[in-house]
Amino acid sequence: MSLALNADQELLQDSAKSFVAQNAPLSVLRQLRDGGGERGFDEKIWAHMIELGWTGIAIEESFGGFNFGHVGLGVVLEETGRTLVSSPLIPSVLLSGTAISYFGSDVQKKQLLPKVVKGQLLLALAVDELPIHSPNHIESAATKVDGGYRINGTKTFVLDGHVADKLVVVARVDKDGSGSEGLSLFVVDNKAPGLNIQRTSMVDCRNCANLTLIDVYVDEENCLGADIDIEDSASKFARVLDIGRIGIASEMLGSMQAAFDLTLSYLKQREQFGVLIGSFQGLQHRAATMYSEIELCRSAVRAALFELDNLESSDDSVARMASMTKAKVSDVAQLVSNEAIQMHGGIGMTDEYDVGFYIKRARVAQQFLGSAAFHRDRYASLNSF
Amino acid sequence: MQLSAFRAEVRSWLDINCPKSMRAPAVQDEVVWGGRNFQFKNPDSKMWLERMAGKGWTCPMWPEEFGGGGLSRDESIILSQELLRINARPALTSFGISMLGPVLLESASYEQKLEHIPKIIRGEIRWCQGYSEPGSGSDLASLATRAEADGDDYLINGSKVWTSYADKADWIFCLVRTDVDGPKHGGISFILFDMETTGVSTKPIQLISGSSPFCETFFDDVRVPAKNLVGGVNNGWAIAKRLLQHERTMISGFGLADSLNSDSNHASIMDKVEEAAMHYRGDSGRLSDPVLRDEIAKFKIDSEAFALTSQRSLEESKKGQGPTATSSMLKNYGCELNKRRYELLLQALGSQALGWEGSGFDTEELGVTREWLRSKANSIEGGTSEVQLNVIAKRVLGLPDILSMRKGRD
Repeated sequence: MSLALNADQELLQDSAKSFVAQNAPLSVLRQLRDGGGERGFDEKIWAHMIELGWTGIAIEESFGGFNFGHVGLGVVLEETGRTLVSSPLIPSVLLSGTAISYFGSDVQKKQLLPKVVKGQLLLALAVDELPIHSPNHIESAATKVDGGYRINGTKTFVLDGHVADKLVVVARVDKDGSGSEGLSLFVVDNKAPGLNIQRTSMVDCRNCANLTLIDVYVDEENCLGADIDIEDSASKFARVLDIGRIGIASEMLGSMQAAFDLTLSYLKQREQFGVLIGSFQGLQHRAATMYSEIELCRSAVRAALFELDNLESSDDSVARMASMTKAKVSDVAQLVSNEAIQMHGGIGMTDEYDVGFYIKRARVAQQFLGSAAFHRDRYASLNSF
Repeated sequence: MQLSAFRAEVRSWLDINCPKSMRAPAVQDEVVWGGRNFQFKNPDSKMWLERMAGKGWTCPMWPEEFGGGGLSRDESIILSQELLRINARPALTSFGISMLGPVLLESASYEQKLEHIPKIIRGEIRWCQGYSEPGSGSDLASLATRAEADGDDYLINGSKVWTSYADKADWIFCLVRTDVDGPKHGGISFILFDMETTGVSTKPIQLISGSSPFCETFFDDVRVPAKNLVGGVNNGWAIAKRLLQHERTMISGFGLADSLNSDSNHASIMDKVEEAAMHYRGDSGRLSDPVLRDEIAKFKIDSEAFALTSQRSLEESKKGQGPTATSSMLKNYGCELNKRRYELLLQALGSQALGWEGSGFDTEELGVTREWLRSKANSIEGGTSEVQLNVIAKRVLGLPDILSMRKGRD
C-alpha cells in the first residue's frame, strides 16, 4: 500500500491550505474566546467550508456527499488544525455523520445526512459518561415503551453539545449487554423534554457540553441501529470511534506542525549571548528530535487514513491503526506543545502570544476519544499481549 | 514490460532458482559477504549468489552495462516483494553494495566503474571502509592519514580505526589527506586500494560484546596508483558525505527489526519482544507485568510508525534521487529503536539474558546478551546520534551553526 497522496487529494490539500491561511487564521479563535458569542464558532468560515464541500467529503453520494474518502477529510482536518479552526466539522460531520452512516437505515441516512452536508442540521455525538474515555462504560439506558424509547443517563465531553440541533446519544438498549455490546444510537432533539444541556467552558475555547437525560422520549424512527445484532453493533461502534480518533489525530498533526513551525522560526530570530538561540546545540537536538517524531506521526496518520479507505481492511486492522496513531500522536502532541512553550521562554507564557493556544488544544485533543495510555492498552490487547 | 508480467516472470524464476534452504533468514555465520577468500558454510549459498548475480539482481537497479539488473524502481520493488514473499535471504550482503557502489556510479570514471562495479555485483571483492582515525571520530574531516604524490603513485601513511572486517576485506575505500594547508574539508581525497598491498596491516579490536567485527588498520608507505583516486584530488569530502548517507540508510534498517518479524517469517521467540516476555513469565494471552506491557506497546507503536516513515521516505524521494537528508533522521531513530528493543528483551528474559557463556543458557539467550551489547554501537557507528541530530538541525531545519556565528567561518 502506498502512502502517497494522489493528484486529487493533493489538490484538496492545497486548496484547504490556502483557504485556512487566507480566511481562518488563529486570531479567529482568540476573537471567539474574547468576544464570547453563543455559537462558539465563526458562522462565515463555516458557511465557506460548506460551500467548499468539506462537509460531504467522506459521505456517500446517495446521501448527498461526494464519496471522496477519509483521506480527503483527513487532509482537510490537518490543515484546519494548523490554525486551530473551531467549527462543526468534527462534531457534526466526522463524528455524528459517521455514526449515522454506520448505524442508520437507508431511510434515516436519506433524511439526516444531506442536511448535515448542507449544514442545515448541526449534530453532536454523546458517548462518554466518565471524565476518562471509556466506551465500554455506558450506563445510559434506553427502555422500550409504546412507539419508542425512554432514555435516562448523563453524558460529558460532548463537542458542540450546546449548539447542536440534535444530539446523537449512545445508550444501552439491551440491559444484559456488557461492554460495547447492545448499544444503540438515539437522535434527540435539543428541545426534547427531560433533556438538560449545560455548556462547559473548556481550556481550548472550543464548544463542549454535559447532558442530563431524564425520561427523554425518542420515537422509533429516531433510534439508529435497533435492528442491528449485538456483536455487529459493537464492531460498528468501534469503527465509528476509530474513524473519529484518526480524524482527530489528523487535526492534531496539523496543530503540532504549526506549533513546531512557530517555535522553529523563534529559534531563528531570538538572540541571546550575542547569537541566535537556534545555534545552541541544547536546543538544536531537541528541535531535531521533535522533527523526527512529527515525521513519524505524519506516516502513522497517513497510513491510518489510507486504511480507512482500503476496501479490504478489517475491523481489527483499522482498530490497530487507529490506536497506534492516536497513541503516537497524543504523545508527540504533548512533547511538542511543552517544548514550544519552553523554547519560547517567557513570551511563550504570555496570552498575547499564540503558542499557548496550541498547548491548550493539544491536551483536550489528547484526552478526546482516548489518551495515549488508553490506546497503548488497546493496541497491546489487539496484538495478543 | 507490464509490471504484472514482470512479477509473474520473477515469481517463476525464483520458484526454480531459489534453493529451499535459502528461504529462511540467514543465521549469523551463514551471511554471505563475498570476497576472494570467502568460505561458503552452505553450498546452496554459493549457488544462490551465482544465480542472483547472473541476473544482476544482487544490485537490481544498477546499470546493465556493468552487470547490474537494470530494473526500474517499480520493478525493483516487485523483486523485493517477491523475495520477501518466499522469505528468501539476501544472496549477498556487502559494503560494496550498500555503500561504495552507489557513490562509484555517481562519481567514478568509466574505467573505474568498469573495474570495480561488476566485481561488487558478483561478490568477488569484499570492501572495507577507511574513515575514522584514532584522533578523528565525530570530527571526521580532521583526519590525518597522509597521501603524498610520488610519480604516478601516492605514498600513504597513517592509521584508521573501526574498520569493519578489515582483516577479511580485499580492498579498502579510504579517506586520505592530500592537502595539509587549506581548510580541513578541502584537503581530503577518496582513494581505493588493495589490502594486500605492501605496508597494509590490520589488528582486530575486541568489543564489550566479546566479538571483533572491527579492526585497527595501519598504512606504512603504502604505494597506490594515482589513477585509483575517485572524483578528483581534494574533492573527497563530498563523496565521503554522500557515502555516509548511504551508510546511514543501511544502518537505519536495523530499526525495522520489529516490523519485519511478521508472523510468516519469525524463526525465534526473540523476534517478538512481547512473546518472549510472556514466555519467560509463563503468561498466556496477556503479559502480566503492566509496566513492561506498556513499554513494549510503546516500542512497537514507534517501530510501526518508523517502518511507515522509511516506506514514505522511499516513495517520496523521486526516482533515482537516492537518500536525502532524511537519512540522518532514519539512521538516528532506527538505531535508538534497535537499542530499545534489546533493553526490552533484557527485561523480557530476566536473568536468562545475562549469561555470558556455557551451560544454563541456550544459544538464543546468549545471543541476546551479546547482541544487546553490540547494539550500543548502533548509535555510534556511521556518525553518532548526536552528529545525526546536528545534521538534522542544520540541513533539514536550517538552524544556524554556532561555530560560524562565533568565529565568522563556515
